[in-house]
Amino acid sequence: MLEVSDLKVKYGEVAAVKGISLSVPEGSIVVLLGANGAGKSSTLNAIAGLVAYTGSIRFDGTSLSGRPAEDIVKRGISLTPEGRRVFPSLSVADNLHLGGAAHASGEELKKRVEAELHRFSILRERYHQKAGLLSGGEQQMLAIARSLMASPRLLLLDEPSLGLAPLIVDKVFDLILDLKRRGLTILLVEQNAERALEIADHGYVLQTGQVVLEGTGAELARSDLVKQAYLAE
Amino acid sequence: MDVVLQQIVNAISLGGIYALLALGLAVVFSIVSLVNFAHGELMTVAGYGMFFAAAVSLPFPFAVGIAVLFAIIAALLTERFAFRPMRKADATGLLLTSFAVSAILRVIFQNGISARPKPVPLPSGFAGVIDIGFLHIGIVPLLSIVMTALSLAALILFLNRTTLGKAMRAAAEDFQVLRLMGIKANRVIAVAFAVSGALAGVAAVLWIAQRGSVDPLMGFVPVLKAFVAAVIGGLGSLTGAVAGGFALGILEVLFQAFLPDAALPFRDAFVLGFVILILIWRPDGLIPAPVARRS
Repeated sequence: MLEVSDLKVKYGEVAAVKGISLSVPEGSIVVLLGANGAGKSSTLNAIAGLVAYTGSIRFDGTSLSGRPAEDIVKRGISLTPEGRRVFPSLSVADNLHLGGAAHASGEELKKRVEAELHRFSILRERYHQKAGLLSGGEQQMLAIARSLMASPRLLLLDEPSLGLAPLIVDKVFDLILDLKRRGLTILLVEQNAERALEIADHGYVLQTGQVVLEGTGAELARSDLVKQAYLAE
Repeated sequence: MDVVLQQIVNAISLGGIYALLALGLAVVFSIVSLVNFAHGELMTVAGYGMFFAAAVSLPFPFAVGIAVLFAIIAALLTERFAFRPMRKADATGLLLTSFAVSAILRVIFQNGISARPKPVPLPSGFAGVIDIGFLHIGIVPLLSIVMTALSLAALILFLNRTTLGKAMRAAAEDFQVLRLMGIKANRVIAVAFAVSGALAGVAAVLWIAQRGSVDPLMGFVPVLKAFVAAVIGGLGSLTGAVAGGFALGILEVLFQAFLPDAALPFRDAFVLGFVILILIWRPDGLIPAPVARRS
C-alpha cells in the first residue's frame, strides 16, 4: 500500500533521515522503533507532506512527491501528530468537524461525527467542552478521532501513548487493534516498544536516520538489539 | 454629568474605530505572523471607493458597501501578489514587505488620483445631534458605535459558527495540523486577509464620517494607533485587540478632556506614556494570545 524508498529528510544542514526504505502492506500494523532523534517523526511528517524530502514515497503506486499535506490527506493518509495537538480553544465538536470539513459535508459529516462519538464515548460527554480542558488521554482520543474524520485508509500515529497513564495506554493499544480489525492500515511510531511489538505485523528499528533492523513483531521482540535498547531486560 | 456622559460616548466611538483596526491587524497577525502596516492603505482604498461612488451619485449606503468591497479586494490582491510570495520569509521580511506595499499604494494614490484631499460628501443628517433627555449625542459617534457593535457581532458569529471562521481560529493555534485535516492553507489565509480588509473598510467609513475627505496619507495615523492598540491588547489576540482599541480610545478622550490647555499639544505623549505604563504592568498585553505553533 505504502512504499518508501531511500527517503532522506534534511533540516538545514542536519540530516534527520538518511535513506530509509520501508513498506506498509494493506491491512497491517507496521511499527517504527527508535530513540529520540532517530528520524521516526520526520519519516511520518514526510509521508504526510509536512516536510520536504528526497527519495520516493508511493501510495497505491502513485508518487506523493511534492504534494502538499492538504492533498495527501485527501488521498487517504491521515497523520495524528506527536503531542496530540488538538486545537485547545475550540470545542471537541469543532475539532471533530474541522477534521472532516474538507472531506464531507451535511449529513455525511454528521454521520462521521456520530461514528466517532460512538467509538469514543468519552468525547460525547465532553462534546461541548474546550479541547484544551481535556485530560491527556482524552486529548489523544480526540486527536485520533479527528484524524479518522477524514476516513483515511492509512493512519499514521506518532507516539500515541506518550505521557499517558498505563490504563489509558491499554485503551490506546486496544483501539489500534480494533482499527486494524476494521480494515485500517496503520503505521505506528512508538516509544513503548514492548506493547507496540505485541500488536505489530512488521517493524523497523531506526538509528540516527537509518533502518538498522527489520522483521516481524515477534522477531524484533526476540532480537538482542531491541531487547537491550528498548525492552527493559 | 452631561459632559462626562458625552465624553464616554466619544471614547466608545473612537475606541470602536481603533478596535476594528486593531482587530484587522490581529486577524492577520494571529495566522501569518505579519504586522501589516499596509492596513492603513486598505482604509485609504475604501475612502477612494466612497469618493468614486459619490462622484457617480450613488446613494450613501451603496458608497459604504463599495468602500468595504474595495478594501476587501485590495486586501486579497496584496495577499496574493505581495504577501503570498513572501510566505516563507521571517517576521522582518514580512514587515518590510508590508512597508513596501504601503509605500507603493501611497505613490499610486498620489500620482494616480491626487495628492490633495478629495471631499467625500456625507448625508446632511450626519451633522445632527440626537437629544436623549439632557444628553446631546452627535449622529456620527452614535452611528459609529452602532456600526462597531454590528461589525464585532458579525465577526464573532463568523468565527464561532462557520467552518471557515473555526478554521481561522484553528489556524491561529496550529496551522500545520489544520493542513493535516485537508483544509487549504491558502484559502484560510486569504479569508483572514478578506476579513481584515472588511474591518479596514468599516473603520474607513467611520473615520471619513468624521472628516469628510480622503487623501493618500489618510491611513498612516490610524494604522499606527491600531498597532499601539493591538500591542496594548496583546499582539495576535483578537479579544485583546478589541480591549486595546477601546483602552486607547478612552485614554485619548480622557487626556483630551482633562489635560490643562497648556498640555494639550502633548496629548499623544501623555497617552503613549500611559501605554508604556500598561506594558510595564503587563508586558504581553492586556489579554495575550496563546503561544501558537505556526506553519
